[in-house]
Amino acid sequence: MTAVVKPGLVRYADVEAGAELPPASYPVTRLSLVKYCGASGDFNVIHWNERIAKSVGLPDVIAHGMFTMAQAARYITDWTGDPGSMTEFGVRFSAPVVVPDTDEFVTIEVTGTVAEKLDGNRVVVAMTARAAGAKVLTRARAVVRLP
Amino acid sequence: MPLPPGAPRDALARSVAVNHDYAGRAFPATPPYEVSRVKIAEFADAIGDPSPVYRDRDAAVAAGYPDVIAPPTFPIVVTMAASGAAIADPGLGVNYAMVVHGEQRFEYTRPLQAGDVVTAQSTIESIRKVGSLVMLTTRTEIRTTGGEPLCTAFSTIVERDPEEAG
Repeated sequence: MTAVVKPGLVRYADVEAGAELPPASYPVTRLSLVKYCGASGDFNVIHWNERIAKSVGLPDVIAHGMFTMAQAARYITDWTGDPGSMTEFGVRFSAPVVVPDTDEFVTIEVTGTVAEKLDGNRVVVAMTARAAGAKVLTRARAVVRLP
Repeated sequence: MPLPPGAPRDALARSVAVNHDYAGRAFPATPPYEVSRVKIAEFADAIGDPSPVYRDRDAAVAAGYPDVIAPPTFPIVVTMAASGAAIADPGLGVNYAMVVHGEQRFEYTRPLQAGDVVTAQSTIESIRKVGSLVMLTTRTEIRTTGGEPLCTAFSTIVERDPEEAG
């Protein structure tokens, strides 16, 4: 759990189980959510309407789970250096990323560890994502094929 | 879309309207969808990922791809149309206002790329009751119109019981 593997073109031979990936953080604003609504086609009102979000029991507008998952994907592809390296990627959405109407960023912080080396030059990376102190992704796991 | 705080996780089981007979049901494939460079770039902008492989054909070719490729979560753009139609089937009885996204998983054969013409076909994989929640998992296969399998997406939605959601 001590070795840190630097991002770039990571090679299978250079990776050991237990190695930590460098942590990274990604900003989220209300504008991010508006853009994600348009790009994804998911216009669920809880992602842009504070009044309705609160009326259904949410603390405020929340980010799309898929927006958060996209940040975790970027965390992996920035590390491998190849956006097409993933063969499998799954997450559980464990808490909402609440995005209040402020001038500040909300930050999604992602950490990861090489959980296992598989055959076929594949490695399993286990991730955790947090926002405002809460775990927002659990069971986040990617399988990537490395050179 | 995660569960809001205070959502019941282990409340007493009660009857909900979701029709469990729908487990295993397959739905028709969507009409063909053409993956475009412009849409991929728009999606990459929206998730804030600056990688040139999502925008610049030359950069993608240099990285070993025939054209710009789509980010790993891009397939949701295609699968949502298929799984959304399955979930909206009136016979299934899901109350969409009470639905949050619980889990998501992708298995990739290769990345989607500009020029791919694809369809998505959803099957309801399972319907489970956990306390007062109903968890419904769809499996959606993305293939090119030529039959090449590209990606399988597993999506679990959670329907909260409106009487307990506050």
